[in-house]
Amino acid sequence: METKAKIRQFFERSLQRTDLPDDENIFAAGLVNSLFAMQLVLFVESEFGFSTDNDDLVIDNFSSINAIASLVDRKLGVTA
Amino acid sequence: MDMDLTPQQKDARAAYHAFVDQHIVPHADRFDLEERIPTELISAMAKEGYLGAVVPEAFGGSPIDMISYGLLAEELGRGSSSVNALLTVHSMCSFAIARWGTTEQKERWLSRMAQGQMIGAFALTEVHAGSDAKSVETEAVPTADGYVLNGRKRWITFGQIANLFLVFGKCEGQLMIFFVERSNPGVSVVPISGMLGSRASMLGEVRLENCHIAKEDVIARAGFGFASVLASVLDIGRYTVACNCVGIGQACLDASLAYTSTRKQFGVLLKEHQLIQQMIANMLTNLNAARLLTQRAGYLKEINDPRMIMETMIAKYFASTMANKAANDAVQIHGANGVSSDYPVQRFLRDARIQEIIEGSSQIQQMTIAKYSYQQ
Repeated sequence: METKAKIRQFFERSLQRTDLPDDENIFAAGLVNSLFAMQLVLFVESEFGFSTDNDDLVIDNFSSINAIASLVDRKLGVTA
Repeated sequence: MDMDLTPQQKDARAAYHAFVDQHIVPHADRFDLEERIPTELISAMAKEGYLGAVVPEAFGGSPIDMISYGLLAEELGRGSSSVNALLTVHSMCSFAIARWGTTEQKERWLSRMAQGQMIGAFALTEVHAGSDAKSVETEAVPTADGYVLNGRKRWITFGQIANLFLVFGKCEGQLMIFFVERSNPGVSVVPISGMLGSRASMLGEVRLENCHIAKEDVIARAGFGFASVLASVLDIGRYTVACNCVGIGQACLDASLAYTSTRKQFGVLLKEHQLIQQMIANMLTNLNAARLLTQRAGYLKEINDPRMIMETMIAKYFASTMANKAANDAVQIHGANGVSSDYPVQRFLRDARIQEIIEGSSQIQQMTIAKYSYQQ
């Protein structure tokens, strides 16, 4: 399964949203709380196999499906 | 999930059990009465590596897997919830540094924390802010080289002896988390005594008055970073408290089995009375269920599964209510002896009551668990 599909599946299960556009800002939409923020970090780490550090914990890295997919690519060294 | 402990985990549990039987159980009522735990006990815990349980080896720690960590908390809780409270807040602080700290922060504090030369504490709660963390009033004003903090932190566990505080405050309206050392001249601590339970937890009110800290002494900034660091630190705190509650439940069961096996009424041992049997049966059943929930939470932590956050909350909610039921029944079983200082069950009841309030009240957790139910 491709990166964005895995992220979308996690959001669908966690946020009960099946129609989330890849570029929708989930924080601006008020869909998440602090517990979900940590669940999201853990999901990204366990699903894609890397560790995040404090510098990664910025909203721009986790705000949308596209943003998370970009973070995953950067952390895994994937080039476009 | 493998339901059996590994041979290493069983060995670790036996070692924790022996430590608690030697160093804590015989003295726990005195700790409660004197409202302090002795320095010698903290040194003994450090020597065993307990204070470095979540600190990487590279920084002088003695890291253990999360199921073993839960077993340690359970055993400490069996002996004294106050002693476990030290593990809780110290581990929350050292975990924050180990997981999210800069290399400089790790090198500066972790080794000394692992060796018990520094005690960490968690300074979130204020007079007007508890469950609602966003309402903290501690203010951080930026300066050229750092921040100036002003505020008062209430009910800070081991605040009386802690050397390093994880402090929650607001800077220009945005929530942040800072490290503040006890040696800072802007820090003073007023001891708090006379609490209902967990009385040896050496609570303090931490006062920050024109407390200057360096700009490097920040662990989390507003927004996603704050939310993630807060949630992860509270998560390990909740797990430690959940396991502590299993320890309380075990202590209640042990005391009740011993008492009902020696005390006679109406010519037979208490354990022959069916309504006593009902309380014993409920105690064991609920204890086993709480232990399974905490071990599942520990397993999920070990494999870094995102479900760990909510499953830990469920474990803490259930285990803390279980501990209260078990302690209430243990006191009832002991009759007048149960409410006297001659028996420890009154301490178990007082300590159990605290567990439903700290690291998230039962009501906050019920609301969050209900929302989680719809994600399944």
